[in-house]
Amino acid sequence: MNDLIAGIGLLFDFQVLVALLIGSIGGVIIGAIPGVGAAVAIAILLPATFSLPPLVGLTMLLGIYGSSMYGGAIPAILINTPGTAVNALTTYDGYPMTKKGEGRRAIALAYSASFMGGVFSLICLILLSPLLAKIAPMFGSREIFLAALLGVILVVLAHRGQVFAAGMLAAFGIFLNTVGLEPVRYTRRFTFDQSWLASGVDLIVVVLGLFALSQAFLLLVQKDDRPEMVSLKGSIFSGLKELWLYRRVATVASSFGVLMGMIPGVGEFTAQFMAYTYAQKTSKTPEMFGKGSPEGLVASEAANNAVPGAAMIPLLALGIPGEALTAMMLSVFYVHNVIPGPQLFRDHMDFVMALYVALLVLNVMVLMFLLVSTNWVSRIVQVPSRLVGIAILLLGFVGVYSLRNSITDCAMAAGFGVFGVILKRLNLPLVPIVLGMVLGGIMEVKLRSAMPRVNSPLDMIERPIGMIIFALILVVIGLHIRTLIRERRNPPQNVDSEIHMTQGGE
Amino acid sequence: MSRLKSLQELFKRYRRPGDLVFATVFFLTAVFLMTQLGTQAPWRGSRNIFAQPAFWPTASLIAMVLFSGLHFLSSALSDRQPGRWAEVWQWIRACEFAGWFLVYVWIVPTLGYLPTTILAALLLALRSGYRSLKIMLTMAIMAAVIVVVFRGFLQVRIPAGALYDYLPASIRVFWLTYL
Repeated sequence: MNDLIAGIGLLFDFQVLVALLIGSIGGVIIGAIPGVGAAVAIAILLPATFSLPPLVGLTMLLGIYGSSMYGGAIPAILINTPGTAVNALTTYDGYPMTKKGEGRRAIALAYSASFMGGVFSLICLILLSPLLAKIAPMFGSREIFLAALLGVILVVLAHRGQVFAAGMLAAFGIFLNTVGLEPVRYTRRFTFDQSWLASGVDLIVVVLGLFALSQAFLLLVQKDDRPEMVSLKGSIFSGLKELWLYRRVATVASSFGVLMGMIPGVGEFTAQFMAYTYAQKTSKTPEMFGKGSPEGLVASEAANNAVPGAAMIPLLALGIPGEALTAMMLSVFYVHNVIPGPQLFRDHMDFVMALYVALLVLNVMVLMFLLVSTNWVSRIVQVPSRLVGIAILLLGFVGVYSLRNSITDCAMAAGFGVFGVILKRLNLPLVPIVLGMVLGGIMEVKLRSAMPRVNSPLDMIERPIGMIIFALILVVIGLHIRTLIRERRNPPQNVDSEIHMTQGGE
Repeated sequence: MSRLKSLQELFKRYRRPGDLVFATVFFLTAVFLMTQLGTQAPWRGSRNIFAQPAFWPTASLIAMVLFSGLHFLSSALSDRQPGRWAEVWQWIRACEFAGWFLVYVWIVPTLGYLPTTILAALLLALRSGYRSLKIMLTMAIMAAVIVVVFRGFLQVRIPAGALYDYLPASIRVFWLTYL
């Protein structure tokens, strides 16, 4: 309780409040513009936040992360174009509702379900934090290594139908992390005697190239598109209470979001699909799903908004990011020498609580903002896509160049930008590369530091937590093999979907 | 024959035009990197295998070759999809904008952040097919706002343009510091 009060105290800082405001409103607008999304915005803003205090920088980035999905629901419902990738499922039922003349109802349900998901996950986390603080110190080098390994395996296996591609891209990410001067023995690895490769490949350069510049190039290459938005009439406020009718679906969907958010490498999409499937199976009108079912809309929006808060658990408690956005945020911690992991929970619980309370306040601010400004936001997003591309390109420069004023970094980012275009157009996932880089680095460091205590492979799992994680790895692989056998007997239909592009955090 | 067919089925995965080109290039790159392991990440002495600097490059490259090989196989064994080279052309077109980006990066230290950003915004708008004065004005204002927010307010590290030294003394310091 003292930590919670101390955490709230940390938020009463002018800079933090401004960061919350910018993060929440900026996130909604960024989320609502099709083709931008939180990943692009966070990648661009990342270097700019290095000069800010850690709580201010993280609040702003978390604000964008948490609020972009609210904004992304607007075009998903009104014009059948998801503002952010994770709103793709919202189009299934949101847009048919708009076509039936129920746009205002759909928007109100989306906002209230998003709010429910966001707040539910944060309350869970605040209540769980004392428990986490007790468990986190049980994670030593061996356990963190195994957890990172589990993360890599999950991110590969989560890409159904694309496991080979996800595997090669995750391995590519791990390889990229090894390029340059190795920190213990100063051995040069894959530098090909080039001085510019000695300092390695910076994660932020890769992230900016893959997420921001690739999106700019893609929008500039593709046909120009200008979304035509529908205006909403009447107050949205009156529609919010309708969520009470779907409280069961909203609660279960939020729980899926919390669970999936906590597991590295899984994230919003799995949570959404599990919640959506649950809602459809337990609905009295399953035939309405995909044709304008309010339950489907609630399941999708509650699940995806519950993830950002939960995704902070592995990041803060173990220093292991579960997806691309938290992987980016990890660098903000490192720049400020705040090392996420068991020590953070033990020594700076107030800081952790401050982040949670900031996210809670953010959800309230976003909902208030949207209740009065949905029509304004939907007008502002009608920017032609090529002009959005130009803006991202110019902003991408700030991100890369301000890191260390290096033209080499910019050239590398441009290279990764083109690589990102290829991956996006082929509908191959970007996230495994980023997670491979981050988790590869963690695995290398933790395995090395665990070695003095390991004489035989069994020593890796001699402690209970290590044994549990190892068992989880076996279960995950076993379940995947079982699914493969089932798919072989009953091949899935229409397996090409936008899910993998969405995994790219577009 | 039936065994070969079931093998093909096992590796068939959904894909889009151009996948085979990408799969081939990625696989060949992985194999090339693997052949460089001996010189670029040599094993040293008889230390613990996991503490070797070469361990992680080796492990990652083995995984890259294995998975990219399987991806290549699955792509090669699937039915051909039309539009392969049209897709590759789209990738090449993206390189044009990577070029624009690099020219922009190259000019900033000379011309200065504000003028270069406005110029880049206007030229890219023209390149994208826009001609109206309203759009040009919007793009110029957007470019100026980006500069003021990031260099002026957030003070991100972007060096002042060399040409700013020739500005009149009364405004030079302001431009050097904020624009």
